[in-house]
Amino acid sequence: MHGTRILQEADRLMTVCNSCRYCEGLCAVFPAMEMRRAFSDGDLNYLANLCHACGACYTDCQFSPPHEFNVNVPKTLAIARAESYAAYAWPRALAGAFARNGLVISLIAALSVATFIFGFAAANDPGVLYGIHTGPGAFYQLMPHNAMALLFGLAFLYAILALAMGVRAFWRDIGEPVGMTTDRKALLQAIRDAGELRYLDGGGVGCFNEDDRPTDRRKLYHHFTFYGFALCFAATCVGTLYHYLLAREAPYAWWDLPVVLGTLGGLGLVVGPIGLLSQKWKRDRVLVDEQRMGMDTAFIMMLLLTSITGLALLLWRETGAMGPLLALHLGVVFALFITMPYGKFVHGIYRFVALVRYARERRMMEHS
Amino acid sequence: MTRRFDVLVIGGGNAALCAAISARRAGASVLVLEGAPKFYRGGNTRHTRNMRCAHDAATEILTGPYTEEEFWKDLLLVTGGQTDEELARFMIHESKDILNWIVEQGVRWQPSLGGTLSLGRTNSFFLGGGRAMLNALYRTAEQLGVDILYNAEVTDLRIEDGMFLSAQLKQPVNGKTEVRASTLVAAAGGFEANIEWLKEHWGEAADNFLIRGTPYNRGSILKMLLARGVQEIGDPTQCHAVAIDARAPKFDGGIITRHDSVVFGIVVNKHAQRFYDEGEDIWPKRYAIWGRLVAAQPEQIAYIIFDSTVVTSFMPTLFPPIAGQTVAELAGKLELDPAALEKTITEFNAAVQPGTFDHTILDDCRTEGITPPKTHWARKIETPPYLAYPVRPGITFTYLGTRVNKQARMLMKGGKPSANMFAAGEIMAGNVLGKGYAAGIGMTIGSVFGRVAGREAAKNARN
Ligand SMILES: Cc1cc2nc3c(=O)[nH]c(=O)nc-3n(C[C@H](O)[C@H](O)[C@H](O)COP(=O)(O)OP(=O)(O)OC[C@H]3O[C@@H](n4cnc5c(N)ncnc54)[C@H](O)[C@@H]3O)c2cc1C
Ligand code: SF4
Ligand code: SF4
Repeated sequence: MHGTRILQEADRLMTVCNSCRYCEGLCAVFPAMEMRRAFSDGDLNYLANLCHACGACYTDCQFSPPHEFNVNVPKTLAIARAESYAAYAWPRALAGAFARNGLVISLIAALSVATFIFGFAAANDPGVLYGIHTGPGAFYQLMPHNAMALLFGLAFLYAILALAMGVRAFWRDIGEPVGMTTDRKALLQAIRDAGELRYLDGGGVGCFNEDDRPTDRRKLYHHFTFYGFALCFAATCVGTLYHYLLAREAPYAWWDLPVVLGTLGGLGLVVGPIGLLSQKWKRDRVLVDEQRMGMDTAFIMMLLLTSITGLALLLWRETGAMGPLLALHLGVVFALFITMPYGKFVHGIYRFVALVRYARERRMMEHS
Repeated sequence: MTRRFDVLVIGGGNAALCAAISARRAGASVLVLEGAPKFYRGGNTRHTRNMRCAHDAATEILTGPYTEEEFWKDLLLVTGGQTDEELARFMIHESKDILNWIVEQGVRWQPSLGGTLSLGRTNSFFLGGGRAMLNALYRTAEQLGVDILYNAEVTDLRIEDGMFLSAQLKQPVNGKTEVRASTLVAAAGGFEANIEWLKEHWGEAADNFLIRGTPYNRGSILKMLLARGVQEIGDPTQCHAVAIDARAPKFDGGIITRHDSVVFGIVVNKHAQRFYDEGEDIWPKRYAIWGRLVAAQPEQIAYIIFDSTVVTSFMPTLFPPIAGQTVAELAGKLELDPAALEKTITEFNAAVQPGTFDHTILDDCRTEGITPPKTHWARKIETPPYLAYPVRPGITFTYLGTRVNKQARMLMKGGKPSANMFAAGEIMAGNVLGKGYAAGIGMTIGSVFGRVAGREAAKNARN
């Protein structure tokens, strides 16, 4: 017996698939499944987080509905995955945030934005908020750099802590195989598999989205989103280093590294999320975890808002709109940080951990 | 259907799609009539996994070589000579090229997963299985401009003097129920889902048969063709039948209801008696005989009995084994006579000789002094829990079919080739497979003769 109804269903499906195995060439889920005959809750959560939702095993399955065996692996694993995020959430009291994720995120975002605007206005006179500021340190006329760093530093640390605690719980639940932390090859393999989204390709043809014709668009948009995010993150890091190491204050010229990284990343974070949203919109409902659609959408929207406000700030930073735009941008980024551990963001981390484990298992098997 | 097509293909499986694609590529206009709804398109092909093709050297997906001669020898062995040598050798020769041709139609083979170890030598595996393969064929056919209709069951054929004129549809399409075409490719599978027809040859026993594949292969097209003067080939009682789990659905349970645990235990009938040597040969080879053996037992039921020491030696199963801490408890759950089952197992255990167990070869673990003997892999059944799978005959496909020549053209009674009718796949499999079965040959027959039939039909229509 399993902890939840969906894990019970996942167990039933894995039993069907294990006696079939036609899909073993499609992704990592099936070979990982074949290494087991019985499935604990942790095993099922591991398999669920290995799935990239490419849809191939649904389109290819002779037992998908309306067949009486009713095999729908992508959807079942999607629900199991979403439930696993909540199960590992830290602190436990916030697990419920996943369920009402769309609402929670919009509330937090709205609150954060309002706080920043209000904060600026209260800390200075409204004239500062709407005034024109240029040159190094312009941003800090609105909010002193130290205050900004403190605020974001805390939010960031909190996010890291909560994420780390969640991953620890996941790690324990799926049962870490011997020698996992010291297996560098497995780690490198997993980094490569995650970096190129190896398993979001339906075994080579592409992802199945709106019908049985595979395309590679979801993968492409996901790449835009992920690498866009990574570039923006890099821009922030470089900016911080500039500030503390070189004593160079933002805003930087358009050709300066933080701006270049941030602009490229921002563009990626516009193209990627819009693409992902459009794919999501078109996706065959039979593959979708309807209940958690809001969680996915909310996270994608937050990324999109982050990039749009950031780019807008870049464009209009020398006008009177700078103050409000900065407040808006900082508010969104702040909300993004503190909601990260309670939303779709975690999928990347759990999937990566699952990939590390898979790479390790494969290596152990090949050596035995 | 006011339009008159060059080639009409009846069926929607591998044979039909290969024919449709090949006819279209040869320039013909093609209509495919699939009797099933869209989800169930592709008949038994949906349930397949691999295809057997000859090849002279190893490839990315196959260890090699598997020569034409070796393929022929394998076929000769399983059919016991009941095969048309000319057609069979032709098919084997063509199978070499099919390996590549099928890839050109968008089908993908599964690359090796764990190094060369997991590669097959004789059979290539479809990436994602038979339904993935079919989806690719349908995509290609659609892109090429083949017309495809679902829920388009053909209920009658107008044939005059060996010449196809038109087909009658069960439901009207665009207001018409009659479809005319210059040539016909019949690729509508066998009659395994037609229990009434099976009963004509197997008697009431057929009521207890389970059909592993599609419920849509009712053999209606085959019956019409034979009634309209096409020469018949094959024995109606010959078919591919394996023992599958008795708890499987009546139709369409597919691959996952099979059991490959026979060599690890014993098989008894409803009287708790053994009835055949479970250790006769390596399992995959003898796998296909157990359907017939069980069909010959009272009420067409049997039980594979083994103990807890071997549960991890075979593929995980869909239905869990039925378990008992004692033989008597297990017998009770199976509704067998406990005393009889205990006696059978005790006698079997007593007959087991010492030996070195190895299920990959014909080992020296055997029994002495009982009938039937178990000639290999015989080990005592003595470690509880005792376990069992109930099994019934699972029919895969039938061999009675239409006679064809190397152009896949149907031959009429008396030997005259039909003017414009071709056949491919299971509906003519009996030409090559008089009896027995070698894994993956169903797809070979369909692809090779489908491709030929399409090409020839296109040529015929455009002459
Ligand atoms: C569980 C299982 C596993 C198998 N595994 C393999 C394997 O791995 N390799 C292998 O080579 N073989 C395998 N086989 C055998 C293989 O499925 C058949 O040999 C093959 O599918 C025959 O192809 P076909 O195109 O002739 O017929 P099918 O694929 O059965 O297609 C027949 C089509 O005709 C349609 N039809 C029937 N009557 C009408 C009508 N009146 N009007 C319109 N349409 C009609 C049906 O709907 C169906 O689409 C397996 C079979 C089963 C059941
Ligand atoms: S998804 Fe379907 S075809 Fe794939 S392994 Fe599972 S049961 Fe088999
Ligand atoms: S990654 Fe794709 S093929 Fe693998 S389980 Fe998920 S949906 Fe199925």
